[in-house]
Parts: sequence; structure tokens; C-alpha cells
Amino acid sequence: MKVVLPVLGLLAIIGAWWLATIVFGIEPFLVPSPADVVGEFLEVPGYLLEQALITLWEAVSGFGLAIVIGVPLALLIVGSTVLERMFYPLLVALNAVPKVAIAPIVVVWFGFGISSKVLMVVLVCIFPIVISTASGMKSTPGELVELFRSLDAARHHEFFKLRLPYALPQVFVGLKVSITLAVIGAVIGEFVGASAGLGFVISQSGGNANTSLAFAAMTLLAIMSVALFYGLSFAERKLLPYA
Amino acid sequence: MISLHGVSHTFGNVEALAGIDLEVGEHEFVAVIGRSGCGKSTLLRLIAGLLTPSEGQVLVAGDRVAKPRRDVSFMFQQPALLPWRSVLSNVLLPIEIFGFTRREYRDRAHELLDLVGLGGFEKRLPHELSGGMRQRVSLCRSLIQSPRVMLMDEPFSALDAITRTELSEELQRVQLELPRTVVFVTHSIDEAVLLADRIVVLSPRPGRIHKIVDVDLPRPRALGQVELDQVSRELRGLLAEVTA
Repeated sequence: MKVVLPVLGLLAIIGAWWLATIVFGIEPFLVPSPADVVGEFLEVPGYLLEQALITLWEAVSGFGLAIVIGVPLALLIVGSTVLERMFYPLLVALNAVPKVAIAPIVVVWFGFGISSKVLMVVLVCIFPIVISTASGMKSTPGELVELFRSLDAARHHEFFKLRLPYALPQVFVGLKVSITLAVIGAVIGEFVGASAGLGFVISQSGGNANTSLAFAAMTLLAIMSVALFYGLSFAERKLLPYA
Repeated sequence: MISLHGVSHTFGNVEALAGIDLEVGEHEFVAVIGRSGCGKSTLLRLIAGLLTPSEGQVLVAGDRVAKPRRDVSFMFQQPALLPWRSVLSNVLLPIEIFGFTRREYRDRAHELLDLVGLGGFEKRLPHELSGGMRQRVSLCRSLIQSPRVMLMDEPFSALDAITRTELSEELQRVQLELPRTVVFVTHSIDEAVLLADRIVVLSPRPGRIHKIVDVDLPRPRALGQVELDQVSRELRGLLAEVTA
């Protein structure tokens, strides 16, 4: 049942889409039918999968980097009120800047290669990770904190044996938000300047009105995002059975 | 084992405790009873070293208490278990924090869990246990370091009446087997009479010692025992006095 209903929903939407393209006689270069999209994919499957792998790699490595930077940053923010006051507003400001606006500058700084895309992904991912980790660590119940005090626990014990593990379910909330943003960040980077990746494919196909190719690339992006999201949910259930 | 000399404590400008003098002997079980807000918990936290008295001094085993000691354990109203740790790991938490080797204490942890009827549950996670079982784990955790003093802050008050009775009888059994110096805060007269050698009645705002009642009854005692009723009645009278 868990799988059947979403699949039914998906099939219903695809059916309606297909029907609409036939009934209204919509030109394929405006809205291609599902068959056109699949056909396009089958023409160049190797090429599209290769581009998808590039985008996937950008998204995943940027996401990983955002965790590696974001979690310690959250630890610092929770650990020191001075640091929190100094950097928290900056972080909020950074998040408030539309990432699309930063993308061209990032490309100017880091070039057309993969590093500018990874940086874009880090920029979009890091904020939810820092916020969820920090607020999770601050939400540790009073009696647990008092238990550690009553054991005269060192600060690092309170952090690593109590606050951080306690925050993990919340951290995962941030991670799940971030992982979908990661794919978006990679695509934005590729739009602005790239020679590979699904975002590049989409912006290219826009140029020569190959809408079917754009749809095929978008479908791959959607599958990628969904797979990443559910992969993370699965990891969460395995790692945190108590949450 | 524990001495309080002229201890007062104020939070901001609210006086929580005033002029408390109390001596608790080795292996003595003292219950502290009073209405909510009479400073019972504050008293316990002062002995634990979680709070520093505004006036007077607190001694444990002859030393002035400046911070929490390893030979004093604290048991809370909530089980305060770490949800990601198994029962066994939760019991061994103090050992880890103190930097001792877990291996050396594993047998003792098993013994303690057996003692409270949790043998076989070592690998379970807290969310798989009932409220009463969790509080038993918490009891084992506060016994693992073989504390000289156990401080208990209404440890059974979050439980249902039946489990509560069960656990207070169990605590009596544990205390007979592994005698410790205990200060037990409660607002249940029955619990106090069942468990304590002496019962301190606190009057509220600021908390002062209204009276200390001796319970000279042989152990093991049972709830509902006629001899206990007499003490209960006396306590009920005393508590009525301090509300006025």
C-alpha cells in the first residue's frame, strides 16, 4: 500500500498529461507527450546518465561539505554566546541573499568547472543544517543537562555524549531539507556557466527549442532528488530507531 | 554523612530556604516532605552541589560541597535516560563520564539490573520500556558508582499509583540489601513513612524545618500496615499546620 498509492498518483498525473497533449493537440516543442520524453531519453541514454552523474556528484559532494562545515559551525554557535552574536546574523543574511544572485560571482571566482557548482550547493545547503543542528542542541531537556551536571561531566562530554546525539533527529530534518536544495543549487550553478551536467543540458535545449530533451533532463533531476531524499529517510530510520 | 549548617538560599529576591540545620547519619534514610514550592528540590540541589547556598554551609563526608561529587548520586523525577542508549549503556553512563573502564563495571550493572527485575532487558532501548521500568533503570544508574549518598528528587511522582507503590517497596528492598545514606524528597506521606528513618517536614516560603518525625518501626515495612497509619496521621496533621 505504501508504494501502490504514490505510484497510482504518478500514473494518474502522467495519464492526464498524455491525454492533454493529445486532446488539445499541443505541439511537442511546447509540451512534449510522455512518449516524446521517453523517446528523447532513449536516443541519448548514455549521454543523459553521464550528465546526471555529474550533477549528482556536485550535489552530493556539496551536501557532504555543507555537513562537514555546518555541524561544527553549529557546535561553535551553541557553545559560545559571543560567537553566536557575532556570526548568527551574518548567517541569516547569507541565507536571505537569493542564491541565483550569487551564482554568477561564484562562477567568476571558481570558473566553469565543478568547484563553482559544489560551492553553490554548499551555500544553499549549509543554512538549514546549521539551524537544525543548533536548535536541536539547544532543545536538550533540562533534566538530562542536569544529570550531566550532577555527574560533574566535562563540557565535551555534555556536547558529544548528550547534546549532539540528542539533536540528531532534528539534524536529520535539516538534512532532508538540504538534500533537495542541493540538487537545485547544482542546477543553478550549471545554468550560469558550465559545460556539463543536467542543468547545462536544460539550458542548452532551451536554446534550440528541444523541449523533449529538457523534460527528460528534468525527469532525471526529479528522480535524483526523490531518491536522495528517501535514501536519507531510510538512513535516519536505521540510525535513529528511537526517533 | 551530610551536615547543613544555617543554610539559606535565595533566587533573585525570592527566598527559597532559610536557616536549615540538618544532620544525616551514615546509612540513614531521611525523607523530606512539604508542599510544592517549599524548597524541597532546592535543598537537594544544594547537597548535590548543583547550587551553592547563599548563606551557611553544606558538608558531605566532612568536606564542604563546592561542586557535584562522584560519591553522591542524584535521581530525578524523570528517568532522564538517553534515548539512543541501551538499558545497559544508560546504567554505565556515569562510569564513562568518570573515565573508568566500562568492562570493569559491566558485571555490577548486570547485578543491579537483576536486583530490580530487569535482567534480560539490557539491550533494550528506553522507548521500549514502561515508565516504571525506565525509573528502575534510572535507579540502577544512580547505584552504579556505589555512591555513599543518594539524593532522590520525587523519583516516583511521575508514575501511576500502582507502579509507584511497587517501586517504593522495591526501593525499600534495595536499601536493605545495599544500604546508603539517602535524602528522599517526596510529597507522598505513604512513601515517606514506608521508607524513612526520619521525616523532615518543611514549611513553605521560605522553606524552614517545621518538625522532624522519627519513624521507629522495624523493616521491612509494608504499605497499609497499621503501625504506619499512626505516623501518617501525625504527618498529615503537621502538613495541615504548615499550610496555614
